[in-house]
Amino acid sequence: MQVTVNVNGRDHTREVEPRTLLVHFLRDDLGLTGTHWGCDTSNCGACVVLMDGEPAKSCTVLAATAAGHEIRTVEGLEVDGVLDPVQQGFTEEHGLQCGFCTAGMMLTARALLDSVPDPTSLTDAEIRDAISGQICRCTGYATIVRSIRWAAEHPKEEQPA
Amino acid sequence: MQVPAPFEYERATSVEEALKLLAELGADARLLAGGYSLLPMMKLRLATPKWIVDIDPLAAELGYVEEDGDAIRIGAMTTHRDLLESELLAGRAPIFRDAEREIADPVVRNRGTIGGALCQADPSEDLSAVCTALGAEIVVRSLAGERVLHMEDFYRGPYQTAVADDEMAVEIRVPLHDRSSSAYEKINRRVGDWAVAAAGAALTIEDGVIADAGIALVAVGSEVASTAAREALLGREPAEALFEEAAAAGAAACTPITDQRGTAAYKRHAVGVLAARALGRAAERLALEVA
Ligand SMILES: Cc1cc2nc3c(=O)[nH]c(=O)nc-3n(C[C@H](O)[C@H](O)[C@H](O)COP(=O)(O)OP(=O)(O)OC[C@H]3O[C@@H](n4cnc5c(N)ncnc54)[C@H](O)[C@@H]3O)c2cc1C
Ligand code: FES
Ligand code: FES
Repeated sequence: MQVTVNVNGRDHTREVEPRTLLVHFLRDDLGLTGTHWGCDTSNCGACVVLMDGEPAKSCTVLAATAAGHEIRTVEGLEVDGVLDPVQQGFTEEHGLQCGFCTAGMMLTARALLDSVPDPTSLTDAEIRDAISGQICRCTGYATIVRSIRWAAEHPKEEQPA
Repeated sequence: MQVPAPFEYERATSVEEALKLLAELGADARLLAGGYSLLPMMKLRLATPKWIVDIDPLAAELGYVEEDGDAIRIGAMTTHRDLLESELLAGRAPIFRDAEREIADPVVRNRGTIGGALCQADPSEDLSAVCTALGAEIVVRSLAGERVLHMEDFYRGPYQTAVADDEMAVEIRVPLHDRSSSAYEKINRRVGDWAVAAAGAALTIEDGVIADAGIALVAVGSEVASTAAREALLGREPAEALFEEAAAAGAAACTPITDQRGTAAYKRHAVGVLAARALGRAAERLALEVA
């Protein structure tokens, strides 16, 4: 079947089998290998992407279903060579070691920061809750929480109109 | 890499269209809602439907939580997240927020739906227990019309419901009483895990006695509704000792099995403690003086 999925603001049309999962569509059909896949059982969150701004496990979404939504992957965080504050935060606060969980963690962080009027008011408990569906085998989470907090405290500068 | 076996795909953009597709395709078709139960089962070949009817486009049409006279109506495509965040439910049926805090994780809760959860009918599933405790009704529709099924008639045992091949669940109706409250207690090993054991309780008090009660016991056998616990409560004055007696009756009658989550004896003990706590908390929420 033919599907057209909007990824990072651009429509991509491909011929796929109906059973194609979004994670494989992104990685194999579009070459967007920033999205990882780990457990295959909907548990680890390595495959998290944003669907209409909200985190979803792309190993548990059909590419055909995604056709009705706007998908954002880690490749869509940086804009015109400028890193998203979340990406900067992960650099500043050592939010990653092997990097396997990082794309999913950063996208969930972006959604969390976008969901509240004042991200600096987020508590550590709220940040930890937001990423609780995603597993990191390396960092022990403390540096991930600090990275997200860094991003909360360094919002994107508004571009002059 | 795990992928589902091949299937044909249809996308329904209205309830009417979904029902037409189900009528046409019959037992060969399965509805796909949030996909967080069905797709994992298809990857494991525990489900191998020939046709998938994707109802993701119905998220808006069937996504609502509304008060309607003496009931709350919940659309079948309402997500776990919307249930968690609903102030209406938190006020009138607080068992929902209690349970939703512990269901899966925030990412799964973004897309997993109440209709999918109830139709999956997993005996470890938390929303089946919530709806059982509340005595909810499920509205099931086909091209021929609508049926309203009480949770007791809807749930037919593990992974089985009364929903026929050409039908879909469209709405859940939660009855409301002025003097009712409810609570949910769950033990799980880590975030996002299924219950080791859990219990839901709903109480209605009239003239100082328990006029109605619903007790649901989770992951301790194929019966979710605990008749033994309910019967111990009806017509009696709420009291901590009574809650313990009823919970013990429920625990004695359930049928847990030993598995990787715990021994049968542990689960039986745990579910009794949880049921007593859930009853206590429901009573507290009614601001009852419990002896
Ligand atoms: C990592 C993980 C952890 C989880 N932890 C928990 C937990 O702790 N507690 C818990 O209760 N659940 C848990 N779940 C299950 C989760 O709640 C699922 O979202 C839910 O069980 C199914 O909802 P869905 O919308 O994803 O349904 P789907 O997977 O889309 O569908 C499930 C079944 O219902 C049928 N169906 C769907 N909608 C309808 C309808 N309207 N009418 C008729 N049939 C329909 C489908 O055909 C399918 O057979 C977990 C899931 C995951 C992946
Ligand atoms: S690969 Fe999707 S949750 Fe692990
Ligand atoms: S950095 Fe290695 S899994 Fe998180």
